[in-house]
Amino acid sequence: MRNKLFKLVSILMIAMFVLAAAPAPAVYAAPAKADKVKITWWHISTKDPALSDWKKMADDYMKAHPNVEIEITVLENEAFKTKLTTVMQSGEVPDIFQSWGGAGLSEQIDAGLLKDITADLDANNGEWRKTFAPAALAVFAKDGKNYGVPWDMGAVTWWYNKDLFAKAKIDKEPATWSEFLADVKKLKDAGITPISVGEGHTWTGMHIWSYLATRIGGEKAFKAALDRSGSFADPAFVKAGEELKKLIDMKPFQEGFLSATHDEMQATFGNGEAAMELGGQWSPSVQAANSKDKKGVKNLGMFGFPAVEGGAGDGSDVVGGGNGFAIGKNASPEAIDFVKYLTNKDNQTIIAASGTGIPVVAGAEAGLKDPNMKMVQKTFASAKYFQLYYDQFLPSLVGGAINDNVQKLFAGTASPEEVAKAIEASAAENITKK
Amino acid sequence: MQSFPTSPNVSKNPRPPLLSRKTKDGLGIALFLAPALILFVLFLIYPIIRSVYYSTFNWNGLGPATKYIGINNYIKILSDKVFMQAVQNVLVIIVCSLAIQLPLAMLLAVLVGRDLPGRGIFRTIFFLPYVLSEVNAAIMWMLLFNANPQRGLINGVLVALGLPAVAWLADMRVVLFAIFITLTWKYFGFHMLLYLTGLQNIPTEIEEAARMDGANAFQNFFYITLPLLSSPIRTSVYMSVLGSIQQFIVVWIMTGGGPVNASETMATYMYRFGFVRFQLGYGSAVTIIMFILCVIFSLIYQQLTKKPDYLTGL
Repeated sequence: MRNKLFKLVSILMIAMFVLAAAPAPAVYAAPAKADKVKITWWHISTKDPALSDWKKMADDYMKAHPNVEIEITVLENEAFKTKLTTVMQSGEVPDIFQSWGGAGLSEQIDAGLLKDITADLDANNGEWRKTFAPAALAVFAKDGKNYGVPWDMGAVTWWYNKDLFAKAKIDKEPATWSEFLADVKKLKDAGITPISVGEGHTWTGMHIWSYLATRIGGEKAFKAALDRSGSFADPAFVKAGEELKKLIDMKPFQEGFLSATHDEMQATFGNGEAAMELGGQWSPSVQAANSKDKKGVKNLGMFGFPAVEGGAGDGSDVVGGGNGFAIGKNASPEAIDFVKYLTNKDNQTIIAASGTGIPVVAGAEAGLKDPNMKMVQKTFASAKYFQLYYDQFLPSLVGGAINDNVQKLFAGTASPEEVAKAIEASAAENITKK
Repeated sequence: MQSFPTSPNVSKNPRPPLLSRKTKDGLGIALFLAPALILFVLFLIYPIIRSVYYSTFNWNGLGPATKYIGINNYIKILSDKVFMQAVQNVLVIIVCSLAIQLPLAMLLAVLVGRDLPGRGIFRTIFFLPYVLSEVNAAIMWMLLFNANPQRGLINGVLVALGLPAVAWLADMRVVLFAIFITLTWKYFGFHMLLYLTGLQNIPTEIEEAARMDGANAFQNFFYITLPLLSSPIRTSVYMSVLGSIQQFIVVWIMTGGGPVNASETMATYMYRFGFVRFQLGYGSAVTIIMFILCVIFSLIYQQLTKKPDYLTGL
């Protein structure tokens, strides 16, 4: 009898285990109000003031529109990317979410996950479209159609330590590449490390190469390489490598730059151990945060990437990038209206005033308080041609190939021709001809 | 059934049982196995089959996989110099682990397992790095290896001793060595613990007998202790090799596989080209290659170490 009982109990236990493992039937609460519209919004501003600013904007909007419920999900940068990839596979896209434009956005468009908002931008004679800086808006467009809007856009520029420049007796910012190289030599002769770079994160050095390519080949060379009428092995890109090699051969970087992370690069610059660094709008705050005294360089200066003599690119052309919101395929008209509200002049001014971003809506730049950010904003606004970061703009495999191969230049394991050819090989395979 | 009195009355012709004894036993076994089997299939077998499936596609992870390319991913991986470099790096790590890390762990196990005064404290200290998370260990060593003598402790000491500073993680010839130091520091405690438990199972009588017969300490170690430790040694070699093949976190944090792939392992290669660059089909193919390598190693290793253990007969 005991045995039978034991068997029975065992079977019962197993049944319980299996039943417990099975998902419980979902019980959905009936919607409180039948006509309430829900908007899902994912952003990556995990810290104040941006965190509360966004929250307040959502609360204000909900107050003005009682029929709208906004559900905000705040995620840290890397967690966001992981989670987004997962939900994208299931096709459950948030209505509004963080985007950096470029190839990542393009892949989402091709997978049919985003909503075409061109008509919304053009409504009322292009009322909404006209508020944006065109170059910034174009970052979130593909083939003339818009799938998102920017809320922050900046430029990569040289940041420098004015005191160290004075110590090396450099009295003006270099306007040309040869002046720049001459200044590097002066700094070296004065016993100062001229440049801080973090090739452990390959994109930091890649920007020097991509800027040289932009200055030498201009918009034309890059567009040709993109539509495959030209190539990344064209003379302009080889020349960019040669010019970069000239700089590298001068040994202008800090000790151990090949493995230094972006934070270490910022720390070296912030501690005054190197005179310059090439970085985006985040550089002033990040170098200060990573420096020993948390204040960073006392006399910080900035100049745009110098023009290369004889290059096809204009000295004002800018390589940069920023943040925006992509619109998911299931977004309701209310969601689009909310994005319109988020990027209106008043809210853009708030973003500018709190230092969260560099505004992309005309008039909002008045909110900028930080002189460094004002300089970046001016550089961006005066650009004749704006190029999104190469590794963001190009398909991730090609962007990765550029980062990997330019690093070989820094390590001295490949020649400029080899680098250009390797990048072209990846481009030929991964960029489809239109 | 012992509670049922066996009835001597056979004429009563009992009802034939619903299920035969054999089916009943089979059913019992199946029921008991079911939960574990379901989990095993769901979380192990199914993902492997899925990975094999995806590895035949050019797929970026967005939407369903549609671009079927057969074994092209595998051809590309095996003809990629970077992957071959990763395989070579893994082999170097395996060889170094077996030749340096495990003997070191053995030495320390013998030291702290026996009569060293304060051995409890030493045991704890040696085991501590293993308790620390891999991420913490990697970041800590990254800071120690900093190329700038002002910030990196190791270089600071070298410079103070009048030696030149070494760009540990930035020098393509040194970086793998630096990674190996970190791995050794992180894992020797674990192997030491395996050996320690083995040492405790060795009856002291055997060693005493050997000593009585005039064996010195070295003979005692090589002819008595070492052979009797064959079981934990087998386990630790196995774990060490598989761990090396799959090594990811420490390398990814300290160098990201760089500079210029000098410290790339198969796992960092898989992560970089599979996930970071949105080539999930390609990444799946890399994991399948890693999986096959691990299986081949396991099978060969089992064949090689078939000889039973002296103590347990296992």
